[in-house]
Amino acid sequence: MISVKGVSKRFGDFTALDNVSLEVPDGSLTALLGPSGSGKSTLLRIIGGLEYADAGTVEIRGVDVTDVSPQKREIGFVFQHYAAFKHMTVKDNVGFGLRIRKEPKDRIEARVSELLGIVGLAGLAKRYPSQLSGGQRQRMALARALAVEPKVLLLDEPFGALDAKVRAELREWLRRLHDEVHVTTLIVTHDQEEAMSIADNIAVMDNAHIEQVGGPRELYDRPANRFVMGFLGPVASLDGALVRPHDIAISTDSDEGGREAQVTRVSHLGFEVRVELELPEGEPVFAQLTRTEAETLDLASGDIVWLRKSVGGLTLPRDGDPRFVREHDGLDAVA
Amino acid sequence: MVVSDRTRITLRVVALGYLFALVVVPLGMILFRTFEDGIVAFWESVTTPASISAISLSLTIIAIVVPLNVVFGLVTALALARGRFPGRGIVQAVVDLPFAVSPVIVGVSLILLYGVGGWFGGLAESGFRIIFSLPGMVLATIFVTLPFVVREVEPVLREIGAEQEEAAATLGASRLQTFFRITLPAIRWGLAYGIVLTVARALGEFGALIVVAGGVSGESQTLTLLVHARYIDDHNTFGAYSAATVLMGLALIALFLMTVLNKKRESE
Repeated sequence: MISVKGVSKRFGDFTALDNVSLEVPDGSLTALLGPSGSGKSTLLRIIGGLEYADAGTVEIRGVDVTDVSPQKREIGFVFQHYAAFKHMTVKDNVGFGLRIRKEPKDRIEARVSELLGIVGLAGLAKRYPSQLSGGQRQRMALARALAVEPKVLLLDEPFGALDAKVRAELREWLRRLHDEVHVTTLIVTHDQEEAMSIADNIAVMDNAHIEQVGGPRELYDRPANRFVMGFLGPVASLDGALVRPHDIAISTDSDEGGREAQVTRVSHLGFEVRVELELPEGEPVFAQLTRTEAETLDLASGDIVWLRKSVGGLTLPRDGDPRFVREHDGLDAVA
Repeated sequence: MVVSDRTRITLRVVALGYLFALVVVPLGMILFRTFEDGIVAFWESVTTPASISAISLSLTIIAIVVPLNVVFGLVTALALARGRFPGRGIVQAVVDLPFAVSPVIVGVSLILLYGVGGWFGGLAESGFRIIFSLPGMVLATIFVTLPFVVREVEPVLREIGAEQEEAAATLGASRLQTFFRITLPAIRWGLAYGIVLTVARALGEFGALIVVAGGVSGESQTLTLLVHARYIDDHNTFGAYSAATVLMGLALIALFLMTVLNKKRESE
């Protein structure tokens, strides 16, 4: 378990972390999710010993490592830009930590080829990092971090520099790897889809604070505040409340009640259909429909429709205390 | 921009003519004068005791200055590129100071410090001579060559960033291990380039040395001082040309290494 208690960090006038506490359970894959500048990378670097906290403590597996150098923390760290040792072959990169530990040569050889097999680089052992693609370099960096059998694996935006397709592949690959290796993993990302698709737990950060910690579904369904709700998915505003756009029901029949609105634009995005509307007072709203729903309604720009909040959907008050959570189950938001 | 053939040819002729008149002709003249009477005369002139002593003094100074500049340059470059400390701007300016200050001033300032009656003049009285002796020449040469290693290594350090070093630390490497296994290989061409620049500059230093060294033949006379002394004091123009040719030969080796290293450095 990684246990962070009351950690604060300032860089000059900028507060990167303000009294942050977090627990990462053993064997879990936890994501630190937040916009850039929210402090998530700083928190990861403090856990890894690459920065030191101004206040607070860091424990790894019950050992206080607050003042321990990264060299002695027994961690694996993976950087956004790979941090490949450019003058070493793939094999030497992966074996670096073992050579530092003065492991016997045949053991290093065996461990390196085992790891290269796991990360799918078995045939590329003699290449240099400059001869690899971005995705391959990052897999090499992961193998290098895992070679020393770290107590925890810390990943700082590991897929941030890769293109969308490779990113999605590596993301899934990392999840499978974690299911095999079970090393406690903390991954920093600003991509909510990435966090939701691979993490057991997500800690959402904003503005030097952790806003909420929970499973992906819990965070999506019961966000603690407007920031978390907005960061985990699209949000529409309807009559002073924040609603998920897929929780807005559209009807062409005025008898069903609801707010009158005019369709301004319909975009077909494959499975999802995005409908942009305008309320009579000119306020824009948008709703997400499935393809089937959209076909049934057969909407076109200029149509007049009636909007309601779907039964069971989530809303948060748009104004007032942002941390106030109101349970709306079964309640019609358009009162 | 479209340039007509005529303009282009004119520009080339002017540029090459300029280079030819200002660089090739003077250097060619020296070579011509040196070998006018054949290679034997040249060889005899550059193997006189004074000449051999001057060559070995120049090389001795380089042998002392280069390691000192490498150590100091690496430490300073690392501090400037990696450290966050107050007064970094001042250090940056001080490192560049030798570029701005005329070497003659350096020589004079060393005499003010270490000469008889200077702040550390007592050293001379106690028997450890700095002025008119090797230590003073080394100090003067260090001053004028100080920026080269720092200025070549620092930008490379910035460019490679701290991530590789951080990665090595998380993999269990100590600071020393990280330096020798990660940092040094990454900056090797930049460092080598800085060393060659240092050597070239040290070889050619004249202004500070003529003030500090005194130029006693066979004792405190470097190659540049020998050229000067033969020409001005001894009216031995042929001897001056020969010594200048040796100097130029060493400089050409440095230039060749610079070109090779610069290519290596840029290809990484």
